[in-house]
Amino acid sequence: MSKPLTAALAAALTGGVLLAGCASAPSKPATTDAKPDAGFAADPYPSTYRRVMSPPVLLQGATVLTGTGARLDGADVLLRDGKVAAVGTGPDVPADAVRVDATGKWITPGIIDIHSHLGVYPSPGMSAHSDGNEATAPVTSQVWAEHSIWPQDPGFHAALAGGVTSLQILPGSANLIGGRGVTVKNISAITYQGMKFPGAPWGLKMACGENPKRVYGQKGGPSTRMGNIAGYRAAFADAAEYMRKRTEAAGKPEGPGKRDLKLDTLAGAINGDIRVNIHCYRADEMAIMLDLAKEFGFKISAFHHGVEAYKLADRLAAEGVCGALWADWWGFKMESFDGIQENIALVDRAPGGCAIVHSDSDEGIQRLNQEAAKVMANAQRVGISIAPEHAIRWITQNPAKAMGILDQTGTLEAGKMADVVLWSGNPFSSYAQAEQVYVDGARLYDRRDPSRQPRSDFMLGQDLVRGGVQ
Amino acid sequence: MRRLALVAALLAASGIASAQDVLIRNATVHTAGARGTLQATDVLVRNGRIAGIGSGLQAGGAAVVEAQGRPLTPSLFGGVTDIGVEEVSGESATVDATLALGANAADMQVRPEFDVTLAYNPESVLVPVARVEGIGWTLLSAGTRAGGSFIGGQGGTVRLDGSLDPIGPRVLFVSLGGDAASLSGSSRAAQWMLLDQLVDEVRGRIPQDSRFALLTPAGRAALSKYIGGGGRVVVRIQRAADIVRLLRWSKQRGVNIALLGAAEAWKVAPQLAAAKVPVFVNALANLPADFDELGATLENAARLHAAGVRVSFAQAGDASHNARKIRQLAGNAVANGLPWDAALAGLTSVPASALGVGNELGTITVGQRADLVLWSGDPLDVAHVAQQVWLDGRAIPMRSRQTELRDRYLRSPAPADAGGLPRAYPGDTR
Repeated sequence: MSKPLTAALAAALTGGVLLAGCASAPSKPATTDAKPDAGFAADPYPSTYRRVMSPPVLLQGATVLTGTGARLDGADVLLRDGKVAAVGTGPDVPADAVRVDATGKWITPGIIDIHSHLGVYPSPGMSAHSDGNEATAPVTSQVWAEHSIWPQDPGFHAALAGGVTSLQILPGSANLIGGRGVTVKNISAITYQGMKFPGAPWGLKMACGENPKRVYGQKGGPSTRMGNIAGYRAAFADAAEYMRKRTEAAGKPEGPGKRDLKLDTLAGAINGDIRVNIHCYRADEMAIMLDLAKEFGFKISAFHHGVEAYKLADRLAAEGVCGALWADWWGFKMESFDGIQENIALVDRAPGGCAIVHSDSDEGIQRLNQEAAKVMANAQRVGISIAPEHAIRWITQNPAKAMGILDQTGTLEAGKMADVVLWSGNPFSSYAQAEQVYVDGARLYDRRDPSRQPRSDFMLGQDLVRGGVQ
Repeated sequence: MRRLALVAALLAASGIASAQDVLIRNATVHTAGARGTLQATDVLVRNGRIAGIGSGLQAGGAAVVEAQGRPLTPSLFGGVTDIGVEEVSGESATVDATLALGANAADMQVRPEFDVTLAYNPESVLVPVARVEGIGWTLLSAGTRAGGSFIGGQGGTVRLDGSLDPIGPRVLFVSLGGDAASLSGSSRAAQWMLLDQLVDEVRGRIPQDSRFALLTPAGRAALSKYIGGGGRVVVRIQRAADIVRLLRWSKQRGVNIALLGAAEAWKVAPQLAAAKVPVFVNALANLPADFDELGATLENAARLHAAGVRVSFAQAGDASHNARKIRQLAGNAVANGLPWDAALAGLTSVPASALGVGNELGTITVGQRADLVLWSGDPLDVAHVAQQVWLDGRAIPMRSRQTELRDRYLRSPAPADAGGLPRAYPGDTR
């Protein structure tokens, strides 16, 4: 069976059963109503992220892809106080700066993956770890993926070695509305709050098509695509009513009453506080979802997977919706049967188009640069030339934009977070390796320095029997 | 016949004269054989076979292709796949890759006589999708699932040229370890017990009508071909300890094994080298996907090769639809220490010899089938693509259902208000 099915769906199918087995945990009375007017996007589980301190770093003489569309040859990048201090030639360098000879190497912004299940479907893929789909009802907008994250997933470190500095972790696609996703910085921490990207908006995860109707077809529905749409509409109609009632009650002495966690999330999506991410493969279904968004007044940030996005690339661009896509996945189910290798290039080609390379995979996230390289090679085959300084935006600026963090990261511009990758060469190659990865100015990965290579608690002590297998 | 007619028409249209004669001039020829890489070299093809390798070869009426120094390789091995055995993974009616005669895991049905190649459809849309990327052949696998057994059945090597039948010998597939434990009474220890029982049945130590017998008469006959110095048995296995037990068992029983997956094979590389066991690795596997793969590392291929093991590649995940990704496995193995030539051999000559088809394909050698690929650049780098593929010396049309979709949406149709037809109609450019 294919990866997409096993990771997101097969796990979902067993997930419900296992969760039911955990019902013996003691329950406390709900106390989530402390601040009636805290807004739909209030965060009772705030980020405790702290950057790792570092002296200034000067990366010298590299080919720099800024993520803004520019390429600078023989350029320097200065990192100071966790920020990008300067990009170009001959910056004023503090005396205590660590100098790194980057001659012949390439520098890009830290890679950003808008679609990951690290931590919620971690390695090892045990049944006890299957926490990505709350497959107990078709609408579970009340659940937050962050509450499922296992920070010890060794996949985070593997992704770091692939240059990934920020990622959005989403619920799976079993449900029509699966819950809130969270954006994290790729730093080792004991808690997910320690990874949580400060100030990043949440992402709402929705899913079109085959998965929800397959999961719920024999469990009360929806069992059809029309049932799917009816399900989204009912949920957003409830949210609209909820918002109206709370607004009306806001000034009254009895207050707005008990919060509805499910509708809070949907209200946040309508408000624009929570970014809407929709797993949707087929072009016709994406068009329906665009109409749904208009019907209920929310904005779609990105369609995910969208193997048919190329069929309506102009429409997506005109509506300002990004396509978060794979380079070459296809055929693992009917709705992915029309995948082509130029999908990302065609979404990118539309005037104003916003193409993103995403992974949805603990393997793919380690080499998003190579996925982009495939797109460039296939585009070239049909006469579309895409320069490295342009393509890098698919895995830096564009996901940052869709995730609402572009003001903080995603490009190498003075004042932004110093999330930076030093590559062994042109990153758009099978042979390129991330040599150093900086998160907020600190070198958190160094291929040549074992003291800068994090290991998960889980991996400790797994290899202590020397010569154990004879 | 329709397919042949179409190919002929395309060749005529592209100006290539004779279907199976061609001179590819001035290529960087990666022979994947004893001669290594030859710069500025010509390859002459006559009647679908490689007839000459050298410089200044005369075309003698054959069509001439100017390679302009670009790399020429043998067509690539597509890995262990279900190409032509499945169409859409999620639609069971289109998938024939595994046998499950029993109702569930407890109802084990051991049918080594199952031959998955009888399901192979050479007209599957997966075939052109793979071969336009330089994939010329693949090993069809017999999978393992509940209601079947950890003996998956037989597969075989098929060339992606439209022919119906496999070439070379059949291969038996067996799955061992934690993944298959649900098919051996919840314990991997029982896999050895059951394997030994099967050997006893083949050797007649358990009467056919014994209530303990697991094999049908056809199953005994099929399995006997793989025991005591017979055909290749490809074993899906990951954990080092299991691999060592397999080495002992196969030596004792005279079973000619190859490993598939083999995440921890690097830990026992010297033993594998000594036993001359080829290994098909997933060179992108570096996470502890389960407790059998805690030792997974991107350096698996490089370490095995350094110890003298013959290394080829096979994917996890969507190995069939995305068979073309196997090049990326090889390139990443190089980035993690495998010599380039060994990586190319892992996509060509190593699997060919391991699967018993090394006399037919897998190298650019005089006398071999002219299954060739001309690349835009380094074939192990995803930055480059296949530009032309020849199978038996025929230039195949570089088209697939995916390129058809691409071309339909690449063009700008006439606008509707100018009387333009929807994209479903052939455009002006076709």
